[in-house]
Amino acid sequence: MIAPLTMWDAEATLGGRKVLDGADVQVERGRLVALVGPNGAGKSSLIKAFVGLLALDGGVARLNGDDVTTLSPRERARRVAYLPQERRIAWNLPAVEVAALGAPFLAGPEALARAKRALAEVGGAHLVDRGVAEMSGGERARVLLARALTTDAPMLLADEPIAGLDPDAQRLVLERLRGRADGGAAVLVSLHDLALAAAFADQVVVMHQGQVAAAAPPMEALEPGVLRSVFGLDGRWVETPDGPLLAARRAQ
Amino acid sequence: MSRTVRLCVRLGLLCTAAVATAVLFGETGFDRAQYAAAFGDPSSGPWDVLWQVRAPRAVCALVVGAALGLAGAVMQGLLRNPLADPGVLGVSATAALGAALAIVLGGAGVGGLVEMSALAGAAVAGGVLVAAAGLMRAPEALILFGVALSSFAGAATALIFNLSPSPIAQAEVMAWLLGSVQNRSWVDVAWVAPALAIAAVFAALSARGLRMLTLGDETAATSGLSMGRLRGFALIAAALATGAAVAVAGVIGFVGLAAPHLVRAAVRGDAGRILAPSALAGGLILVVADLAARLTPTDQELKLGVFTALIGAPLFALIAWRAAREWRL
Repeated sequence: MIAPLTMWDAEATLGGRKVLDGADVQVERGRLVALVGPNGAGKSSLIKAFVGLLALDGGVARLNGDDVTTLSPRERARRVAYLPQERRIAWNLPAVEVAALGAPFLAGPEALARAKRALAEVGGAHLVDRGVAEMSGGERARVLLARALTTDAPMLLADEPIAGLDPDAQRLVLERLRGRADGGAAVLVSLHDLALAAAFADQVVVMHQGQVAAAAPPMEALEPGVLRSVFGLDGRWVETPDGPLLAARRAQ
Repeated sequence: MSRTVRLCVRLGLLCTAAVATAVLFGETGFDRAQYAAAFGDPSSGPWDVLWQVRAPRAVCALVVGAALGLAGAVMQGLLRNPLADPGVLGVSATAALGAALAIVLGGAGVGGLVEMSALAGAAVAGGVLVAAAGLMRAPEALILFGVALSSFAGAATALIFNLSPSPIAQAEVMAWLLGSVQNRSWVDVAWVAPALAIAAVFAALSARGLRMLTLGDETAATSGLSMGRLRGFALIAAALATGAAVAVAGVIGFVGLAAPHLVRAAVRGDAGRILAPSALAGGLILVVADLAARLTPTDQELKLGVFTALIGAPLFALIAWRAAREWRL
C-alpha cells in the first residue's frame, strides 16, 4: 500500500539557496514522524512542499499517490491539514470562530459544532467564546491546533507546533497529534526538541543541509554518530521509566 | 436574526435618520409654509432646495461614504492591517490623477468626462494591483507596491498642477482634490450607486477569503479556498468602490479607515461579516460630516475632505493606540 505522504528526490531553492537536495520521506497511516534537524536544515521547506507552498525544482511530493501540484486547492485541503509556525491572528475573533476556519466548506452551525469538539479535544472548551487577543501564547497555540484538527483531514503536517510553549503545553500539543496518528492519520511534525521527538514519534527523520541524514525509529535515527555530525553534540540516550532522556553537550 | 443583520438594521435606520435630517435642515431655515411647499408643490423654490439640492447631496454623501467604508473594510481584511484604508494601495491617488488630467485638458465642461477619467485611473490601479497580487503573496509586499504607486500618482498629479497654464484649471483641480459633495446632483448619485452595487457583489464574493486571511497567508493558501481568485475579487471591489467615490466626490480621507473600526467589535472581528456594516457606517459618517461641514458657520463652506481629515487624524492616532494596547505591542 502506498504511504499517504511520500516525497522522492525533492529539490528546491529559496532565495538562491538550495533548501532541499534530494530529500526522500514517507509517512504511513497511523504513524507520527518527527522531522528534526538544525535551523536551516530544510524541515519547513519539506513540509511546505507537501502542502504546495513551495514548488519543487526536482522530484515529487505526493498525497495519497497524487502529485500535490496536480490537485485542486480544495482537494489538497481535504487530504492534508497544515499547522504553520505563524501564530499571529489578525483580528480578535473568538476561539470557536478561529477553529471553525478549519472547515470553510461546511455550513456555519456544522463548522462551529466541529470546532467546539476540536477545542474540547485540545483542552480548550473554556476558551470557546474568548477573543484570541486576550489569550496567552499557549492558549492561542491550542486554538490554532484545534483549527487544524477541525479540518478532519487524514494527513496532518505541523511546522514547529511547540516552539515557544511551556512544557505542559508542549506535551499537550504532541499528545493530541499522537492521538490523531493513533486514530489512523499520517502525521508529520517538525521539532527541535530531540527528547520529545523520541518520546512521541514512531520514526524520526533527521534533516541536514536539505538532505535526509537518517530516517529510522528514534533511537536508531538519533544515534551518537548522527548527533555529532548533524547537531554537533556529544550525546547518548538514557533509558528511564518515563521514556528516553538525552544526555548531551556541545561537541569539542 | 443574526448579530450582523441586527447591526445592519440599526445602522440602516441611523443612515435613514441622518439623510432625513440632512434633507430637512440646512443653512437656509424654512418656516412651516415653506416646508409645506417643499412637500406639496414641485414648482416651488423650497421643493427645489429640498429635492434638487439637499437630497441628492445627502444621498451622494451616503453612497460615497458607503463606497469608502466598504473599500476600507476590504483593504483592512486583505492586508490584515487595521491601519489600511482605500488610499493605501494608491487607488485614490491614481483616480485623482485621472481626474486632474481630465480637468487640465479641459474636460471639466464635458459631462461625465472627469468622472470617467477618474474611474479609468482607478481601473488602471486596480488592474496593476491584481497583477501584482498574483506575484506577491505577502501583504507587506503589496503595501510597499501600493505606496510606490500612490507616490508616483501623487507626483504626477503635482506635476500636472505645476505645469498647468490655466489658473482656473489649477483652482478646479485643487477644489476637486480637497473632496466635496457640494452641488452634487442625482446624476452624480447615478454614477456612484451602480459602481457601489457591483463592488458590493465582488466584496461579498471575497468575504470567505478575507475571513481566512485572518490566520495568515500560509493558512489561507492551504485552506482549500482559491485565494488567488478571492484576492482578485477583493481588489476589484476595493478599486471599484474607491474609484467611484473619488470620481464623484474627490479625495476624502479617513472615512474608509474609521468606518470598519466603528463596527469591528460588534462583528467580533470577523473580516467577512464586517463588510456590510462598514459600508453603512461609512455612509453614516459622511452624511453626518457633510451636514456638520454645511452647518459650521464659516465664510466659505468647509470642504468635506478637509473636515474628515481634521477629525480623522486624531482618530487615526487613537486607533493605533488602541490596537497597540489590544495586542500588547
